[in-house]
Amino acid sequence: MSLSEFWDFLVLGVVLGSLYAVIAIGYTLVYGVLQLLNFAHSEVFMFGGYGGLIALTAWSPVTSPSGFQSVAYVAVGMCAGAALGGIAAYGLEKVAYRPLRRRHAPRLVFLITAIGASFFLYNLAGKLFGRNAAPMPTMYENKKLFSVFGADINITQLLILISAVVMMIGLDYVVNRTKLGSGIRAVAQDPEVASLMGVDIDKVVSRTFVIGGLLGGAAGFLFGTNQQVFYTMGFLPGITAFAAAVLGGIGNVRGAMVGGMLLGIVENLTVGFWGDGWRYVGAFAVLVLVLMFRPTGILGERVGRTA
Amino acid sequence: MSSGITKTASGGPASTARLRGVAWYQHPRWSRLTAMVAIAVVLTMVTGEQGTDRDIFFALREDFTGPLPWIWLGLCLLVWTVREFWSEPIRKVRRASVAKSDPPVAWVRGQWRGDRRIRQLVLAALVAVAAFAPMGLERYWHQVLVDQIAIYVLLAIGLNVVIGWAGMLDLGFVAFFAIGAYSAAFWTGALPVDPPFELNNFLVIPVAVLTCLIAGLILGAPTLRLRGDYLAIVTLGFHEIVYITAKNVEDFTGGARGVSGVEHFSIDMGFSYEWKLDPLPYYWLLLGFIVLLVFLFMRLEHSRVGRAWTAIREDQVAAAATGVNTVRFKLMAFAIGASTSGIAGVAYASKVGYFNPENFPLLASVLVLAYVIFGGMGSIPGVLFGAAFLVWLPEVLRDYVDPRDRYMYLGALLVIMMIYRPQGVWPSKRRQRELKMATEGTVDGDATAAPAGGKVS
Repeated sequence: MSLSEFWDFLVLGVVLGSLYAVIAIGYTLVYGVLQLLNFAHSEVFMFGGYGGLIALTAWSPVTSPSGFQSVAYVAVGMCAGAALGGIAAYGLEKVAYRPLRRRHAPRLVFLITAIGASFFLYNLAGKLFGRNAAPMPTMYENKKLFSVFGADINITQLLILISAVVMMIGLDYVVNRTKLGSGIRAVAQDPEVASLMGVDIDKVVSRTFVIGGLLGGAAGFLFGTNQQVFYTMGFLPGITAFAAAVLGGIGNVRGAMVGGMLLGIVENLTVGFWGDGWRYVGAFAVLVLVLMFRPTGILGERVGRTA
Repeated sequence: MSSGITKTASGGPASTARLRGVAWYQHPRWSRLTAMVAIAVVLTMVTGEQGTDRDIFFALREDFTGPLPWIWLGLCLLVWTVREFWSEPIRKVRRASVAKSDPPVAWVRGQWRGDRRIRQLVLAALVAVAAFAPMGLERYWHQVLVDQIAIYVLLAIGLNVVIGWAGMLDLGFVAFFAIGAYSAAFWTGALPVDPPFELNNFLVIPVAVLTCLIAGLILGAPTLRLRGDYLAIVTLGFHEIVYITAKNVEDFTGGARGVSGVEHFSIDMGFSYEWKLDPLPYYWLLLGFIVLLVFLFMRLEHSRVGRAWTAIREDQVAAAATGVNTVRFKLMAFAIGASTSGIAGVAYASKVGYFNPENFPLLASVLVLAYVIFGGMGSIPGVLFGAAFLVWLPEVLRDYVDPRDRYMYLGALLVIMMIYRPQGVWPSKRRQRELKMATEGTVDGDATAAPAGGKVS
């Protein structure tokens, strides 16, 4: 791999990593408040992709949009993706998790429900929207913008990067500075005491799912813009983002961001060095190695403490 | 003060609501109505048209313009009305029926516990039925029985040791299955590389078990000190690494094209017999493996080892404090599970003769876990049933629904089942008690305990 190729793959890695980071936040937030792995979050991501696709198809963009139209298309697509993601996450919590919490079911049962819900949702999407990959309608002409160290950056990549950074900053603000955020942190620290202090746990949990869903849905739309939308698209990014959340220290929002970015970069550098077949090996090898030496992730588990 | 409220509110829920200042539309019945409408919408989509990718709205349009949504809506409203307004008589009937049905169950249970000979007789009869009943089935079902049901039952028994008894969450179990299958291919000379000497398939089993044991130890030794969720993701990563390696190292594994020409099982000792393409002899062979392993594991469950696992699962710190070598016993459980998986791998490779890395997807690992928990963790009859039933179900659904939708129904079943019977179909008694204790907050459990934020009033 030559140096210029290295930069190419690094750019791809950073772009993909920022998406992973946004998805990983969904896992880590839910882990924070409920201490369970929301295996079905990958389906929330997938529904985000379909949300954007549906909204843009319904609106049927013109083939060569002007600048203003492009912005509108992207905004509508992203909002629709985030909305459908949020709805999916809300429904998921209502149907699959709340009854279990009411019964005080053990954690493994949550995992199996999540797996079941995941199977149900992605097969339902396959049934409703067809089982072949569909590209997003053209929202803008995806041309090269500028290059960094010889690595070209196009509009989609910049869009992903900027939206991801904005979402992460926004989320960090919500978790650390708002009332809902302190509710989330309180529940993560000690749910019983939090409820004694007047925090409505049900509401906080539900809203946490919705926040994770909004982020996941928007990430799904961005992923679909970069590649395509298909009913199993959530699986691999979901697994990797899940690994990223664990890698950064599960329950730790900033850890999820770091973990996601790291895994995206490692994944693409692995592709650069050894070819596409080895794509996920590097990421998982790094994960196993890091966990061997730091069993609670890079930034450590900080469930509840300042995010 | 609260007693005063309850006294004045004896007029029924309506007056309680009025006292608390809750308007009529805030009654939970209306949110239940919304839920029923949502269920009707989902059912319409589930039972409706197949979509196409050429027109993304096709399925939605077809579903919601026809009579289907109205049928489901009607049914759901009926259920809602009955539940809201006639729940008392139904409850009475149910209570009566439960009271009636109890004595025979108790009688059977008493007989079962009381006499060892009866137990042995019933078990022998069950094995006999399992052995001879399939003879009446079609050949297609013979194939399903061997290639899928028997193999997955073996896997589930192995995973049960890891998760049900030692309480470790393993999401990469099928990786060992793959290792077993590739060992079988290697030692019978089906891989691109030649083994030092070729072995009979039966002799491959101990070799494969040893390989899986070593792989399990290599993975387990550094990672077993990780807590539940971390262990889960590491094992998942291990699976992915094994899968991708099998796919990419073409010189050794044959890559994505797969391996063909793995030899069948054969015996050549004085008399000779070869298992060929007919699935039934394979079924009996696998049934033999299953019976043998179940017997061994049942002995293990109540041995010193089994009790050590229980101790670790219930409270690792306490177990260590009372002198249980936790690392050793956890490794042991992990390795025993891995070798069971390896046996299944050898059997699978020898039966099908041809396989490729796609036969060992991550989803398979996840599914085996679902089978174990569905059946009831830690209980061998539960696990046997869970695996057999959930593997059989998608096959039988083939005849009734669009084959591509089968796993949608499986997923829905898993969710519904877990909501209404979280302990599984046939839970082990000890496990059930533990889960109850964990949910009451009496013990602080492992990966399998109740979630922290999970207490809802």
